[in-house]
Amino acid sequence: MDVMNFYTDPAVIRSSVEKVKNAARDFRNQHQRVPVIMEVCGSHTMAFARSGIKTALKDDVNLIAGPGCPVCVTDQKAIDAMIGLAGKQDTILCTFGDMMRVPGSRRSLVDARTEGKDVRVVYSPVDSVTIAERNPEKEVVFLGIGFETTIPLLAMAVRKAERLNLKNYSVWMTTKLVEPVLRTLLDSGEAEVDGFLLPGHVSVVSGEKSYRFLTAEYGLPGVITGFEPVQLLSGTYKLVRMLREGKHAVVNDYRSVVGQSGNQIAQSLMTTYFTFSDEEWRGMGAIPASGLVLKEAYAAFDAKRRFNVTVPPQRKTACRCGEIIKGRIAPEDCALFGKGCTPVNPVGPCMVSTEGTCAAHYQYMREE
Amino acid sequence: MKRISLAHGEGGELTERLITEVFVKAFGNEAHAAYDAAVLESAGSTLAITTDSFVVKPLFFPGGNIGTLAVTGTINDLAVSGAVPLAMTAGFILEEGFPLSDLKAIVSAMASEAEKAGVAIVAGDTKVVAKGEADGVFINTAGIGQVYGGNGGKIREGDKVIVSGTVGDHGIAILSARNELGLLSDVKSDCASLHPMLSNITYGLSGVRIMRDPTRGGLATALVEICEHHRVTVELEEGAVPLKREVEGACDILGFDPLYLANEGKALFVADEKDAEQILERLHREEKGKDARIIGRVTEAVSAGRLLMRTAAGSTRRLHRLSGLILPRIC
Repeated sequence: MDVMNFYTDPAVIRSSVEKVKNAARDFRNQHQRVPVIMEVCGSHTMAFARSGIKTALKDDVNLIAGPGCPVCVTDQKAIDAMIGLAGKQDTILCTFGDMMRVPGSRRSLVDARTEGKDVRVVYSPVDSVTIAERNPEKEVVFLGIGFETTIPLLAMAVRKAERLNLKNYSVWMTTKLVEPVLRTLLDSGEAEVDGFLLPGHVSVVSGEKSYRFLTAEYGLPGVITGFEPVQLLSGTYKLVRMLREGKHAVVNDYRSVVGQSGNQIAQSLMTTYFTFSDEEWRGMGAIPASGLVLKEAYAAFDAKRRFNVTVPPQRKTACRCGEIIKGRIAPEDCALFGKGCTPVNPVGPCMVSTEGTCAAHYQYMREE
Repeated sequence: MKRISLAHGEGGELTERLITEVFVKAFGNEAHAAYDAAVLESAGSTLAITTDSFVVKPLFFPGGNIGTLAVTGTINDLAVSGAVPLAMTAGFILEEGFPLSDLKAIVSAMASEAEKAGVAIVAGDTKVVAKGEADGVFINTAGIGQVYGGNGGKIREGDKVIVSGTVGDHGIAILSARNELGLLSDVKSDCASLHPMLSNITYGLSGVRIMRDPTRGGLATALVEICEHHRVTVELEEGAVPLKREVEGACDILGFDPLYLANEGKALFVADEKDAEQILERLHREEKGKDARIIGRVTEAVSAGRLLMRTAAGSTRRLHRLSGLILPRIC
């Protein structure tokens, strides 16, 4: 059996499910409740739902989704600003695919495109620089969302634009960092969790040691894990086992790609081009130093400084995405779930993103 | 639904709503609208009729071009309806400035595909619109066929679901050819005519309940439609659906589910258990069917109409129609 087949092998998956269940039952016997584990990363949320593991473990482990989907935490105002920019003459707005349907106050970028605005989907920010190079008569703006996984790519895009001496390229930064949001969640006391499954992709960049504060300051365990079913189960098992034994360590269960100190080149790109900024998180408000913006030296590539965009007043909806990303409620607890809010007609971003908690529940766990 | 969006053309939930709320509401004939082709009785013979429009971008992609798609797509709609395709028409909407050499290449591919399947292209139409009013070339086709297949009867518990080969190849080939995703893949579209293969495969078998070609919306959407229309529950086995490794890898990277990606040369069968092995055996003898697999079975013959996936973790999850546009994820 090759390595990839091992990670998805039904026999290994089923025996791993049993191991997790047994460890979780020990925990329940000790504590008279099931362990509560937050998967910080949206891709984990989706992988748990799609693989059927979340359903298989539902009586034994309470897996709750955290604030790790970049689309879900992007503030409504940022979408409104982007729609405003897309409406400017001679402007090409570029963004990632799953940003397209996120509703702003009233409309999404798909709506803007339907109305004839030039909004394009790219897979990499660097592709948007190529678009700027090929369209010198147009202003090309990239909507730069994402966590540590994506931010180095934004730096690469700016570096390429700088090297090409492009005058028509800029990035609208609304990036997010994992550590500040986890601290905010824990400090608020809103997240009643026993431990964390830590994001594999983010950890590739930030490294194992970036989570030491969890154990040192909050006494909570965490496991960095991958995305295949066997990896998800291995990470969950190691976490439940620590909880059962009362241990509080950060375990790297994704050693094949995550190092102690992370990716130094990516980190150096980030510190070269960006500096900390206070960021607005959808449903959570402003969190100090929780994002990155372009340094003064690269102001020419900063769309926020280049364009004056007025944002309409925010629209209040019954959407409870804010509580969902904090792990306070499950998607099914929101009155809009599956009724007024579906992937075809999303009200909140958690229903839009391919990594969104509501989308995961709607797509993979909905019974009707 | 105030305006048409791209998602209305993806073959999923919004397409379904557009058809039922706009077209069927105005035109009626709901029973015919549920299938790839409408089956009509005329002067003692049973005919199948279909129409389709092709607006693919890019026009040329690994494994074919818009012309190949237009011919094979039309033939396949007839073939999965149990018909021998007799003739088809082709209407062209051409954009001012479109290179004649490209048009010749497209038309030549059409002629070659039609000849291979023994189908005549017997009528056509040409319109030219001003630059910017179309995207190179759009093709509309209609096809007519003679129905040969007997009715395989009502779907029963225990019936098997078979797919004739790997799924999602066309979807990934098109996305790679668009070169918008930084995706380097040499996956070719599966674009191919299913005639005469299907008539050979099903010859003499009485238990073929239904055949479909899972195009837009993919395998999952086609099966959901079958489940809902026939009010049955189908349970697929995770890992049983054949996938090319490159397609699986691309889907992992982009966050796509291959079950929802378009196929242009695959057939889906629901067949009596006793005929299923025979179908599989016959498919395996064909180049286009060599990767065919039994992927699931009908677990309830009377139900609200559900498609389920038995996961490797031992649980089941429900599969729904494609909802909205397929868009790549961020990380």
